[in-house]
Amino acid sequence: MSIAHMSEHEREEIETHEQRALGFWLYLMGDAVIFALLFATYAIMIPGTDGGPTGKQLFDLNNAAIETGLLLVSSMTFGFASLQVKAGNRGAVLAWLATTFVLGAAFVFLEVREFAGMIEQGAGPDRSGFLSAFFTLVGTHGVHVTMGLIWIVVLGAQVALKGLTMPVASRLHRLGLFWHFLDIAWVGIFSIVYLPGLL
Amino acid sequence: MFGKLTIEALPFYSPIAAGGAAVTVGGALLVAVVLTYLKAWKYLWTDWLTSVDHKRIGVMYIVLALIMLLRGFVDALMMRAQQAMALNSGGYLPPEHFDQIFSSHGTIMIFFMAMPFMTGLINVIVPLQIGTRDVAFPWLNAVSLWLSAAGAALVMVSLVIGKFSTAGWTGYPPYSGIEYNPGVGVDYWIWAILISGVGSTMSGINFIVTILKRRAPGMTLMRMTPFVWTALVASVLMAFAFPAITVACGLLALDRLAGMHFFTNAHGGNMMNYVNLFWIWGHPEVYILILPAFGIFSEVVSTFSRKRLFGYESLVYATAAIGILSFTVWLHHFFTMGSSAGVNAFFGVMTMIIAVPTGVKVFNWLLTMYRGRIEFHPSMMWSIGFIVTFVIGGMTGVLLAIPPADFLMHNTTFLVAHFHNMIIPGVLFGYLAGYMYWFPKAFGFAFNRGWGLGAFWCWIIGFYLAFMPLYLLGLKGMPRRMETYNDPTWQPYLLVAASGALVVLCGIGCMVMQLYASLRDRNKTRDLTGDPFDGRTLEWSTSSPPPPYNFAVIPTVGDREAFLEMKEKGVAYQRPARYEAIRIPSNTPIGVIVGAFAFVLGFAMVWHIWWLVLASGAVVFAAVIVRSSNDDQEFTMSAAEVKAIEDERFRLMGSRS
Amino acid sequence: MLDPKGPIALAERDLLFDAFYVMMLVIVPIIILTLWFAWKYRASNTKAKYTPKWANSVTIDAITWLIPTVIVIAVAVLLWRSTHRLDPYRPLESKEPPFDVQVVAQDWKWLFIYPEQGIAVVNQLAFPAGRPVSLRITSDTVMNSFYVPQLAGQIYAMAGMQTRLQMLADQPGKFVGRNSQYSGGGYSDQHFEVLAMTPADFEAWVARAKQSGAALDASAYTALSAKSRANPITYYSTVEPKLFDSIIDKFRHSGHAHDAPARR
Repeated sequence: MSIAHMSEHEREEIETHEQRALGFWLYLMGDAVIFALLFATYAIMIPGTDGGPTGKQLFDLNNAAIETGLLLVSSMTFGFASLQVKAGNRGAVLAWLATTFVLGAAFVFLEVREFAGMIEQGAGPDRSGFLSAFFTLVGTHGVHVTMGLIWIVVLGAQVALKGLTMPVASRLHRLGLFWHFLDIAWVGIFSIVYLPGLL
Repeated sequence: MFGKLTIEALPFYSPIAAGGAAVTVGGALLVAVVLTYLKAWKYLWTDWLTSVDHKRIGVMYIVLALIMLLRGFVDALMMRAQQAMALNSGGYLPPEHFDQIFSSHGTIMIFFMAMPFMTGLINVIVPLQIGTRDVAFPWLNAVSLWLSAAGAALVMVSLVIGKFSTAGWTGYPPYSGIEYNPGVGVDYWIWAILISGVGSTMSGINFIVTILKRRAPGMTLMRMTPFVWTALVASVLMAFAFPAITVACGLLALDRLAGMHFFTNAHGGNMMNYVNLFWIWGHPEVYILILPAFGIFSEVVSTFSRKRLFGYESLVYATAAIGILSFTVWLHHFFTMGSSAGVNAFFGVMTMIIAVPTGVKVFNWLLTMYRGRIEFHPSMMWSIGFIVTFVIGGMTGVLLAIPPADFLMHNTTFLVAHFHNMIIPGVLFGYLAGYMYWFPKAFGFAFNRGWGLGAFWCWIIGFYLAFMPLYLLGLKGMPRRMETYNDPTWQPYLLVAASGALVVLCGIGCMVMQLYASLRDRNKTRDLTGDPFDGRTLEWSTSSPPPPYNFAVIPTVGDREAFLEMKEKGVAYQRPARYEAIRIPSNTPIGVIVGAFAFVLGFAMVWHIWWLVLASGAVVFAAVIVRSSNDDQEFTMSAAEVKAIEDERFRLMGSRS
Repeated sequence: MLDPKGPIALAERDLLFDAFYVMMLVIVPIIILTLWFAWKYRASNTKAKYTPKWANSVTIDAITWLIPTVIVIAVAVLLWRSTHRLDPYRPLESKEPPFDVQVVAQDWKWLFIYPEQGIAVVNQLAFPAGRPVSLRITSDTVMNSFYVPQLAGQIYAMAGMQTRLQMLADQPGKFVGRNSQYSGGGYSDQHFEVLAMTPADFEAWVARAKQSGAALDASAYTALSAKSRANPITYYSTVEPKLFDSIIDKFRHSGHAHDAPARR
């Protein structure tokens, strides 16, 4: 359908979608500033172990690698969901969203298990400035992923109830941006927190 | 069940604190009684509190700002009175009360007076100036407003239940940490800032998108008004600087709530990181506040000099340059923290560089006045008073930007005088100029001129009396925030400063009278044309107050001074052959609900009432999910309704001429 | 501060004045022009020239950018040089050897430790006039700012870190020092005496302190570091060796280095 043939209402919906997409991009850039400052804080506080455990003693690269794999694959499955939105295939969209949800939930599970293990060893966020920074940086990302999971459920329900209408597709687009953004943030965490901790 | 909250939290420990609480509670009750008496609750709820109309949201922001201006000014009066009395004595305030007052004064004036005032003016005017019917995200706009109000309410509640922070408006750790400050004061400060900060970030995003995506056809970037330009740059700064204070306050909250060690003295904490994070936000914040004021001055000087703004391009580039440079100077707030000479010198030079675009702006206003026909409307008086006074503050700012000179004057009353010299003439005079300039646009009747001029003269005389002595005291080595002192040579200066605060009080009295007199005379002073000052920009092309849809027909823009050009070409006030139906965002209570429960959430966080934290958090979350899942957020105003409103407007306009 | 009594404070003040004069070159004309234009081009003065559309001039634009740029360059050169010359970490050039004092900020008082003399004094800083004083400063509580307006300016005192400041008094005299960073209830009374003395007077002062008989050992230090307001001047005839370092180290488990910006 070319622009000329669109009704006023359809044109307005597209404009609305564009404005929301831009607004959401801006939000993501603001969120990126938060992550950047948390990364900087973490980098400053690496020496602040207060005689307690260091990253080298605490981090489990295998676990982090599995987490990375889960998140990267979930980004891919979300990509498949987005393709099915374009194809207008409601069932497939729901299936891929469900897959993404499972992968994301597994990621959160692994992260919570890692945190619990560290706290059990006496290496909780109140042990040292270094650990405060670690838990806050990685935990902030984890909270984002959890929010993303809730969002997937909400939009999954909308897809099921309302179908792939223009507003629902527009929301799925923004959820996609969010989900891929979390991937990028995680790649930063993996390479700044986990890798140097072991090298 | 109630966390740390006990009956001990009520302020019966001191008669002055109890008095403050009584005034707060009494004021709230009085408003409630008056509203009940006038049977205005329903009107207030349906027409205002649930409104998503940018003009009403803007007015509510400004009402919030004016109320908080009163509160913040009472704090200022109390401080001036204390210091005027406290030579070799305790004055009338104990240190534990004086420090709450200077902390709340700064917090309120920056976050809950200046920020809402600016956001309010942007809300009312920017959509009108760019020729659109609403902002990009109307209900998010309402949420932003109510989050700001929730933060302000937290500060006010700290007067009645518990105490406010004693750590100053900057809240430097480790003093603000749990080890040295175990009470609830710092928590009130943190949650007030975090909650309102979310609102400000969203406002920033909202206005970037509104300005970039919703301008009327023909309005290229270089045809935007100076106010819209400054609002755009300020919005960009809001969206990208506020995350820094969110991080700073968030980490401080984690230190206090979860026993973490970001900024503690021991256990690997690093307080210097807080100071950096705070000012990475703090310096751009200065420009968030002052750039829109610069925009207002540009509009006002041009309108009341009856002349096209001189050097528009220069002004735009200067605004953008200031926006970028504002992120590169934060270290000048702490030259005395022991950085190397190279680092200090670098940040000192960057700070000076900002003086260049600022100086350019001053020259442009001057040259706009040159060969104009200047009318001394109160808004123009604020602008002239601003230029004269602001350059003095600029000069002292350059002095403070030289690190070795800063070693002498940092943390003294010279510094206090400097930033008040930037913020009162630069920011507040700008907002008051805008408030008096656009008041008839927002309400449809004239704003009393005599009382407005009275307010100006009291404010500017009071300003000089209050702050010039503080410059001198700083040169004599008086540190800021002293509750008592032993140097008798300081007292005469402090007495003069206190008299200045009293003159400003008269100025505030004039502002109250101005509102009263304008309301009293409103039927005689109706603005029927919508263009009382022979305006140049689009907001003057629609009626005063503008209809819910702003423009029945979206205007097409051919010049920077879009409306002046239309008037000159004789195409202003043209009516279309046929009106179209218009889609308008529907009112929603979600904004108020989110704000109210964000307030409860903050309160519960302060007092460690964890079940209430979870409950109110869940309500906020659910409200946002419900609203964001709703596809139908608008209603349609029919062509007939639009035509009726427009017919009435042109009938009134014709009846006058 | 307008009345400096040492070369550092004098240099800092002169710098302030130099910059002030340069700034006046632009401030005064702007103020005069503003008031003059406002008067001359008032609406009622219909004889004045009126050019409502005049809004652009490349020449004037260039000048408006140029004037502030030139002034800023001038002040920036001044700034760059003076900041390096007056770096508070840089030892003063003098024939006399530097005189070391260690400074500890507490709630709400100042402790001065004299490593050479082996004494310590609360709220009084004495030293021979004419000899450069080299201060090492830390805090055993929240952030403070050590401030002697007439001799040295100020620098922050922070726990677990050491900052430095140099000062020199030309002549014997009595000055006031303060904390300028709000630190709690006793902040307003947290001032101290600064005494620049002749060498003979200083010797006598040291001898008097040594006679006080009080020892600043670990337990005396713990008692001293408790919160107190308007503390009287107190002398300690002996000091636990390395007390200053131990105050810093107690916040710095396992040598966690706070390098920049507070250089240790």
